[in-house]
Amino acid sequence: MAFPLLTLTAAIPAVGAVATAAVPAGRRTAAKWLALAFSLATLALAAVQLVRFDPDAKGPFQLTESHAWIADFGVRYELGVDGIAVVLIALAALLIPFIMLAGWHDADPQESGSSRWRPTQGFFALILMVEAMVVISFEATDVFLFYIFFEAMLIPMYFLIGGFGDGAAGNGDAGAAAQRSYAAVKFLLYNLVGGLIMLAAVIGLYAVTADQLGSGTFSLQEIVQARAAGKLDIATTTERALFLGFFFAFAVKAPLWPLHTWLPNAMGEATAPVAVLITAVVDKVGTFAMLRFCLQLFPEASKWATPVIVVLALISILYGALLAVGQRDIKRLVAYASISHFGFIVLGIFAMTSQGQSGATLYMVNHGISTAALMLVAGFLISRRGSRLIADYGGVQKVAPVLAGTFLVGGLATLSLPGLAPFVSEFLVLVGTFSRYPAAGIVATLGIVLAALYVLVLYQRTMTGPVKEEVRGMPDLRARELAVVAPLIALLLVLGVYPKPVTEILDPAVRHTMSQVHQADPKPDVNDVEAAK
Amino acid sequence: MENLIGLLVLAPLLGAGVLLCGGRRLDRSGPWLGTLLAAVSFALGVVLFADMLGKGGEERALDVTVFQWVPVGGFRADVGFHLDQLSMTFVLLITGVGSLIHLYSVGYMAHDERKRRFFGYLNLFLAAMLLLVLADNYLLLYVGWEGVGLASYLLIGFWQHKPSAATAAKKAFLVNRVGDMGLSIAIMLLFTTFGTFAFDPVLDRATDAGEGKLTAIALMLLLAACGKSAQVPLQSWLGDAMEGPTPVSALIHAATMVTAGVYLITRSGAVFDAAPDAQTAVVTVGAVTLLFGAIVGCAKDDIKKALAGSTMSQIGYMILAAGLGPVGYVFAIMHLVTHGFFKAGLFLGAGSVMHGMNDEVDMRRYGGLRKYMPVTFVTFGLGYLAIIGFPGLSGFFSKDKIIEAAFAKGGTEGWILGGAALLGAAITAYYMTRVMLLTFFGEKRWQPDANGELPHPHESPRTMTIPMVVLAFGSVFAGGLFSINDTFLKWLEPVTGHEEGHSPVSALTVTAATMLVLVIGVAIAWAQYGRRPVPVTAPRGSLLTRAARRDLLQDDFNHVVLVRGGEHLTRSLVYVDHTLVDGVVNGTAASVGGLSGRMRKLQNGYARSYAVSMFGGAAVLIAATLLMRAV
Amino acid sequence: MNPVNYLYLAALLFTIGAAGVLIRRNAIVIFMCVELMLNACNLAFVTFARLHGNLDGQIIAFFTMVVAAAEVVVGLAIIVTIFRSRHSASVDDAGLLKL
Repeated sequence: MAFPLLTLTAAIPAVGAVATAAVPAGRRTAAKWLALAFSLATLALAAVQLVRFDPDAKGPFQLTESHAWIADFGVRYELGVDGIAVVLIALAALLIPFIMLAGWHDADPQESGSSRWRPTQGFFALILMVEAMVVISFEATDVFLFYIFFEAMLIPMYFLIGGFGDGAAGNGDAGAAAQRSYAAVKFLLYNLVGGLIMLAAVIGLYAVTADQLGSGTFSLQEIVQARAAGKLDIATTTERALFLGFFFAFAVKAPLWPLHTWLPNAMGEATAPVAVLITAVVDKVGTFAMLRFCLQLFPEASKWATPVIVVLALISILYGALLAVGQRDIKRLVAYASISHFGFIVLGIFAMTSQGQSGATLYMVNHGISTAALMLVAGFLISRRGSRLIADYGGVQKVAPVLAGTFLVGGLATLSLPGLAPFVSEFLVLVGTFSRYPAAGIVATLGIVLAALYVLVLYQRTMTGPVKEEVRGMPDLRARELAVVAPLIALLLVLGVYPKPVTEILDPAVRHTMSQVHQADPKPDVNDVEAAK
Repeated sequence: MENLIGLLVLAPLLGAGVLLCGGRRLDRSGPWLGTLLAAVSFALGVVLFADMLGKGGEERALDVTVFQWVPVGGFRADVGFHLDQLSMTFVLLITGVGSLIHLYSVGYMAHDERKRRFFGYLNLFLAAMLLLVLADNYLLLYVGWEGVGLASYLLIGFWQHKPSAATAAKKAFLVNRVGDMGLSIAIMLLFTTFGTFAFDPVLDRATDAGEGKLTAIALMLLLAACGKSAQVPLQSWLGDAMEGPTPVSALIHAATMVTAGVYLITRSGAVFDAAPDAQTAVVTVGAVTLLFGAIVGCAKDDIKKALAGSTMSQIGYMILAAGLGPVGYVFAIMHLVTHGFFKAGLFLGAGSVMHGMNDEVDMRRYGGLRKYMPVTFVTFGLGYLAIIGFPGLSGFFSKDKIIEAAFAKGGTEGWILGGAALLGAAITAYYMTRVMLLTFFGEKRWQPDANGELPHPHESPRTMTIPMVVLAFGSVFAGGLFSINDTFLKWLEPVTGHEEGHSPVSALTVTAATMLVLVIGVAIAWAQYGRRPVPVTAPRGSLLTRAARRDLLQDDFNHVVLVRGGEHLTRSLVYVDHTLVDGVVNGTAASVGGLSGRMRKLQNGYARSYAVSMFGGAAVLIAATLLMRAV
Repeated sequence: MNPVNYLYLAALLFTIGAAGVLIRRNAIVIFMCVELMLNACNLAFVTFARLHGNLDGQIIAFFTMVVAAAEVVVGLAIIVTIFRSRHSASVDDAGLLKL
């Protein structure tokens, strides 16, 4: 039997979570270092995955593992990664240590040693738990296995959102706690409803396979192969219903307009590192699952739904950006910006062109990094002043130039400035969309103007102008904070100038997905250019 | 040689990286380091230029692909450079004027505590601008295009503590983004039409595509050019951009960045030539802007804003020339280069004046400065003579050619364009004479500054005067140098192509008419500002003057329609999101909660009421069974 | 005698029992009424057994008696406990699921 690399990558953070939770109450610092060590070990394993992964190999999945699990229902423990999954696992594994470092003091108890309750241990253990579940969601090729962890992720997330705040809500501790628990419950219910609808679709899928193949199965590959061989013929209406069931859950997670309203609440109330965890890591599972499950299991239905989804994605882009412009709260602004960006990702996926899908997958990575950079710096800023309101800042640039500089770079990445990573992916999405739906491409381009608007207005109001009294004496970035931000910014620059290593891994997986959906790129009008060269 | 091209871009980029990340250690040496790297870049440019001169006209272009940038499926973008005579011209202008302005800034920014960062931004600008003109495909050009936008944003807002500077910077970036939207749509169109967006394949095969597609591409490119080059209707940012330090205004907002639009149109000449409708749009934009800018320039009392209006107007000339097709490309670029010299010189002169006058910008508070700042006076004066087109100086040659080419367009169109260009020349003579008279002649109208001190004007340090002198030389001789034996035309022709225009009026007539309107413009200005004393506070002025002071009400329009409208839109959307979208969600939750609240009331704890529901239920069941059986 | 008459009697007894359960408050009386309903059912079962000529109905009647006996044991115990603590056997007073 081959070395179970994928299982191990998911198991290490899970073990780490248990170990961190078991550290005694008095040893908070030890717990932090332990959690960080486990997250670094996961990062190392993710790196090993990247190295072992061969982009040119045949077959959709690599490093596969397959064991019978619940044989009576055809549920298997099946893992495997394609180019998209392996890159996203690397992204998640990469961001978690930064999230931990950024939130190093976020969960320190207010009064020391007073109770047996261990918030710090809990905070770090929950983060590791989320990481384990995200990783296994990216790896699972069995629909049921995926579903379990897709849903289970909600539990640690619920506690992370509801249990830890940044103390900057502005209406006292009780009010803050009430807002937090409202946000956490909203997050949980929203995603649970999505998940339940998906469960119905999962069961429906099982029923269809059991009916036609003799024994039911949840295996992605088995179903895809059976469909290709003509053994499995899902009726059009059934396929559409099942597609919608899956898509609904992923659209809540992604989040797509009009299912987005949980995100601003969750990101606003959670601490900045947890907000990054939500938007940069957990939400990626939603868009990833659209590519892996919606498109591959239900290609025809995907094509059928494309026009509506493209329109929803466009609305998300413009609506998210416009709402970001109107926000008074820094974290909610970033949340709405993320909604706009998720619109781009979904648009790229459903444009059904290789540029669009490559762009969308690359966008997932780049958005993760750029949002992490912007949000974490915003978190540092908020922790200094104790307020999330934009109006409470002004002239920070003068007192904390490095903080302002990194904030600006994060913002520029968010508005997709060429030279930084998100530009490449955003442009690919736009080109890919434009070549199939020119009108949609043009409308989406408006998003880049609005992005400039909300980022620059935010920067202007917080960082420039005369120095406000409360801001005076604000310390600049500390060594730990710089250690979080600097690598992220370096990564943004490197991927902006040289994204080839990543696109080379993504490209074959995208081509595979495209062939599953039986789509080819539109041909240019003037064909013989290459020949003329 | 090919490797040098990369180095050309890399040198200032390195400077930017080192200066911006270097920390306090570089505070003192930073300015010189930045200047040195700009000079290195210029030296490399000269080496490449010498190499290019050694080759025949057609073999001069150098192509080098550095690495694959974004290879995805059929989409391929490379980081590659294309150096031909057109980009060479720009390289020399950018690095040459850029180095001079670096040198000038050493003196100008000497007392600014954040000067290290200033030079970092300047170097960043140089790198981005060089990337823009050296790129061998549109996507890489776009990187440079936005890169210069970023540098411009950072430099306009360099004095961030001033809210007006921060606002101006934001405005410049946003308006430019609208233009960038045009460029990105153009690139998408190019990709769907040609399957690539590298210059060579696209421009070689441009005529194979349908005219409709080409018109769309050309119009989008024009939108981009309008944004970057401050042409109507996206011109509103340039006046505000004068909030930046003066060297920035000279380099970015006069000599180089704002001319990028002209470069883009000239570079894409093949596309425009095949889309006559788009060319009409281009000349219209050019003609409207050259008048618009000139009128605005007449009314401004802020010396830099008057010059900004002038820049707008002069670029209008260039865009007009570029829109005329092969007749005008060479002259557009020629005017661009001469304008680079004299406008940079004028701005540096203005900076020098401000330096001596405690940063006063209102020309009504200058006066009689020629005695106190002789070098500035002479260099500024030469720039002035060049821009109004005094015979023999640079502007004379380049502007005259454009006016001729405009007439050569033929028909009514030709008369309108030529007339507009002539009128523009008259207004140019007027407002520039006004600037000259208000600043250097007449009474001293100096006012105490905010601290209550009267200014003590003095000549600026060497680091500032040397660049001014060099640029003045350029303003005087460049035009003649270019025009003797048609040197410039022969130099650029292999790239842009050239056709002789057939003007309905002879070249001599045009020159004579230009001279005539020049004299008229100068005379009116003299009558208004030279003969009579100038009031220190501006008189109310006519309706047109008042409108021109407010940029012909464009800003008011933007404010009411875009800013206010946008605010209302976002506010109402925030409201909608909160009440409607979120309301539906919360409403669903609330109605489920309400329903369960009502259901709960049935569970009242009375055993006998449970019994009733049991009996009732049983009765209903039995009745239903019986009913089913009966049916 | 016509066996159908026994069914009428069973229906009558059941109705009386049901009415008693609904109307009376005293737990003991309600209890007795429940017994009455059970026995009405028994009577109906036995009658049906006789009508159909098999023993199924009689067997179920025995089942019912056994279950009823068990129920009486538990039920009376509960009623007595409630009466002891509350000095009342009214079902309306015992609505809190606790003593």
